[in-house]
Amino acid sequence: MPIKITDLNYVYSAGTPFAKHALKNINLEIPDGEFWGVIGHTGSGKSTLFAHLNALTRIQSGTIEIDEFRLVGNGGKKPKRKHRPDYKALRARVGMVFQYPEYQLFAETVREDVAFGAKNIGIKGDELDTRVKSAIEMVGLDYADVAERSPFDLSGGQKRRVALAGVLAMHPKILVLDEPTAGLDPRGKRDILNLITEIKSALCPTVIMISHNMDEVAEYCDKIAVMANGELKFVSTPRELFSRADTLEELHIETPCVTALARELNGRGLNVSVAALTEDELVEEILRAKGANA
Amino acid sequence: MLQLSDVKYVYNAGAEDEKTALGGVSLSVKEGEFVALVGHNGSGKSTLAKLFNGLILPTEGSVRVRGMDTADKKNLFDIRKTVGVVFQNPDNQMVASIIEDDVAFGPENLGLPSAEISERVQWALESVGMQDHRRGTPFRLSGGQKQRIAIAGVLAIKPRVMVLDESTAMLDPIGREEVMKVITRLNREEHMTVIMITHFMEEAALADRIIVMRNGLVAGEGGKEIFSNRELIESAGLELPLAARVAMRLREKGLKIDGDITLPEELVDALCR
Repeated sequence: MPIKITDLNYVYSAGTPFAKHALKNINLEIPDGEFWGVIGHTGSGKSTLFAHLNALTRIQSGTIEIDEFRLVGNGGKKPKRKHRPDYKALRARVGMVFQYPEYQLFAETVREDVAFGAKNIGIKGDELDTRVKSAIEMVGLDYADVAERSPFDLSGGQKRRVALAGVLAMHPKILVLDEPTAGLDPRGKRDILNLITEIKSALCPTVIMISHNMDEVAEYCDKIAVMANGELKFVSTPRELFSRADTLEELHIETPCVTALARELNGRGLNVSVAALTEDELVEEILRAKGANA
Repeated sequence: MLQLSDVKYVYNAGAEDEKTALGGVSLSVKEGEFVALVGHNGSGKSTLAKLFNGLILPTEGSVRVRGMDTADKKNLFDIRKTVGVVFQNPDNQMVASIIEDDVAFGPENLGLPSAEISERVQWALESVGMQDHRRGTPFRLSGGQKQRIAIAGVLAIKPRVMVLDESTAMLDPIGREEVMKVITRLNREEHMTVIMITHFMEEAALADRIIVMRNGLVAGEGGKEIFSNRELIESAGLELPLAARVAMRLREKGLKIDGDITLPEELVDALCR
């Protein structure tokens, strides 16, 4: 069980008039090797929750266990010495890719930028060079072409890949991505999602993707966690979640376009399953229903 | 309302890393029109957004707003009162530490009486559903909430033209729908001209006219029937809207579907007669 979160609470600006209870009694287990989607409105606590996983946000109360690492809250104060894991090792284990990560590029060359994180966790020499090269290749860029160029001369989509490569060079086992497709054109979106799937099978078995795009999570994720007002409201497979119209309504979750279309067709008398999640499934369902009608 | 004549724009002209963002674009937008601007990343859409209100000036050609040339400095105040632009990243658009002050920034610069400023601030915040936050600070908000404040800041100027440069990209689906509702209402009821740059084809399909950009040039334009031109859409790095994709695949499988299909309701009507 690589990730186990128990009774996690978080209050922003505690003790001031601006105090905001951002996370309320979160209990969650994420097993190895799954692709999770996390959905919820802006301000629902998704990003706060996942910033805890590599201790970027200091845990206030509750515990988080990730493999051999254990984070224990100490009421907002610095954790007790015995509860301070090796943060560098933890940050190498849990790779974080923030929203618009291309804004965080800073080095003079792509190679240096990608090497930065790995260097920080103590990787050097040939090992560092090998990791940088394979990370750049893994994100689909040509090492010989881009390594010595300034990251700022690349296109938006390429910059995002460089930022992702910087995280991959640390060889994380858990990859957390905060809206990895935001702002990309439709083809760029598709490319990044396919890339994440490849990274999952080749390098990093557990992937957690925060997303506002229901079609994306419906198609790519094994499990979906729904956050609202700082609470974890629901955890299930996409098929179960999106086939429950009442739950979606109650949690103000948009239905994926595919599922909405299936439901609309079904409501108008075409016998298609309302649990269709992907375009392929919907096309098949329509053909089957039409064949049966004919 | 807006007139671009053979506009070229070159970044870092003359330098080693010179890059042509626009290679000669002519287009005009009429008063009250709702135009969607689509195209791949790097196709020149955002460069156009900055040209519309004179934030940058064309390397060649001209941009006119109600006949006023953006290259003429004395027009700039009137041009920016006429054309409001909301950008992609709200963090770069916040100027004050209290939300209502941030939204008031534009109308204050117009020199309006204070009663009218506070009325406009109230209206703009209500329009984006953020009135409860008026005394809070923008820096504590999530990305999507900040973007709604940025939109309110532009709304408060009551521009005749609103340019949205992927301003819904960081919003959640409900936030996006709210903003789209505000924008379509302003367009329909107050005849505000809207130019919306977006990667969401379903959003673009709601516009009166869609302009497809490709490598710094206009590759095509038209109503939503433009989505029947698969080659054009795909060559611009875009995707057909879902209903159009499904219709196309069903036809490939031999199912007979009549008419142009772009919107979900059109597909439903075609399949469930």
